[in-house]
Amino acid sequence: MKIILVAEYRDGKLLASFNELMDFADKMGGENVMFLVGGDNDLPKYDGKLYLADAGTFGEYSPDVHKQLILDIVEKEQADMVAFCHSSYGWDLAPRVAFALKAAQVSEIVEIVDGVPVVPVCNAKLRRDVQIKTKRSVVTLQAGAFGLPEEPAGTPTIEKVEGDLAGRVQFTGYEQPESGGVDLGKARIVVSAGRGIGKPENVEMIANLAQALGGEYGASRPVVDSEWVEHNRQVGTTGQTVAPKLYVACGISGAIQHLAGMKKSEFIVAVNTDKDAPIGEAADVLVVADLKEFVPLLTEKIQSL
Amino acid sequence: MKILVCIKRVPDMESKFKVDADGTWYEKTDLAWRMNEYDEYAVEQAVQLKEQEEDSDLTVLCIGGDQVKETMKKALAMGCDRGAHIADDNSSSKEPFEIAGIIAEYAKDKSFDLVFTGMQSQDRGSAQVGILVAELLDIPGIATIVDFVYSGGEVKVKRELEGGVKACVTVKAPLVVTCQLGLNTPRYPTLPNIMKAKKKELLSLPVEDLLKVDSRQETAKIYFPEKKGGGLILEGDAPELVDKLIQILKEKTAVLA
Repeated sequence: MKIILVAEYRDGKLLASFNELMDFADKMGGENVMFLVGGDNDLPKYDGKLYLADAGTFGEYSPDVHKQLILDIVEKEQADMVAFCHSSYGWDLAPRVAFALKAAQVSEIVEIVDGVPVVPVCNAKLRRDVQIKTKRSVVTLQAGAFGLPEEPAGTPTIEKVEGDLAGRVQFTGYEQPESGGVDLGKARIVVSAGRGIGKPENVEMIANLAQALGGEYGASRPVVDSEWVEHNRQVGTTGQTVAPKLYVACGISGAIQHLAGMKKSEFIVAVNTDKDAPIGEAADVLVVADLKEFVPLLTEKIQSL
Repeated sequence: MKILVCIKRVPDMESKFKVDADGTWYEKTDLAWRMNEYDEYAVEQAVQLKEQEEDSDLTVLCIGGDQVKETMKKALAMGCDRGAHIADDNSSSKEPFEIAGIIAEYAKDKSFDLVFTGMQSQDRGSAQVGILVAELLDIPGIATIVDFVYSGGEVKVKRELEGGVKACVTVKAPLVVTCQLGLNTPRYPTLPNIMKAKKKELLSLPVEDLLKVDSRQETAKIYFPEKKGGGLILEGDAPELVDKLIQILKEKTAVLA
């Protein structure tokens, strides 16, 4: 088994997720090499062969070009598998590589059990063991599902990738998120509202609990997308990452993108009507209750302490 | 301008799921069904484009049993012009490459200028179909867009990346885009439009005519994840739950000190 690990680079920086690919490779066994469209300035601490394509030449987002570079390396290395992160980069690139290789693509692997990839179904309520029927395969790894326990400390052997390729799409630049507002990362306590709060008027109830606890309130993505809460309070992959002393998730089902933004909190309380909601897996305490009844009562009681 | 939007009918994710008799998918009875959330954004964007461009024609495509026509009617009521129903009672066992193969086979000789899909389905969640369709049709495909502007054959999109950063991309039609949450606010179909949708063309085509690729993977089994145990579950009356939780917070954390 030989795996090509596809690391990511954005806005001139290597993304730390290369270490998740390395842990996956360790768990799979066999050989591996790494591929990066990046730069000399920020190299993965990887003890192995790194195919390095210059981001200045090949572009940070240029799917046709990145696909071709990977295909050339698969051919050269006679690789059996190409591994990506299940990220905005992987979603866009992995299916192209799978298509060209006539390979099955297994998306969002959460673990490997006896060599069998396991993936989530229905918002992680169920899991699926996948059987691959092709000789080669492409996989994407769920964010945070893999990761080395310690910072890797290796130095790669670099093989520069050269070439003259052109793609059909033109990347014109990044747009940074609106800054300012609330830094939830610094809050000691965060109380977050999820879709389960039902209507925008109920945000106040969540904010009141946060205030009674001396913390800040946040929200999950659907609440922000519905414009019930401003984006600078969003917790999760596309929002802020928080690690407070106490995190209270109100009416949040626990999509992986949300969990990734709060699972390092010291103590997690979830309030949900659904006992089987995936948030229960991350929570220290799951209170099965109707928010509209429970949250105001809790707020009142805390204020009276 | 010819536009295609591909949608899927999925269960409400808050449903109580059960494993089916084969142990390879969830049991489809006793579930509430709806249009895949990401596809609602795709339909809305496709309808907006249709309204913007004169003389355009918008087809909504959906693969599945007869039940999916109900979901297609919502898309028609939102503003799609016609429906292409790919009749397939076994669509849930088809893997993303087969689904993409069916869509591409349908679309290949129809010269669509724009193809919209959701970035993933809420149930299978493989996030592959849209990009595979683009590869099969040999046109550009861009995943996970949160902003879309079309003008004179040129498309400007923003892709959502991690941490709230967006990548701005320009590309020429024809192309496929996969739609991410937050792209727009999907409209609610109005009653007159629901009535009008009943008269719109909704053709069923047998999947056998369009499935020309072989499956590359299958589900060995589906199951509930093992509960990792850790968490304490509190149930009961609200006042009692409040007291219990406060007790726990006092014991386990310093936040009430």
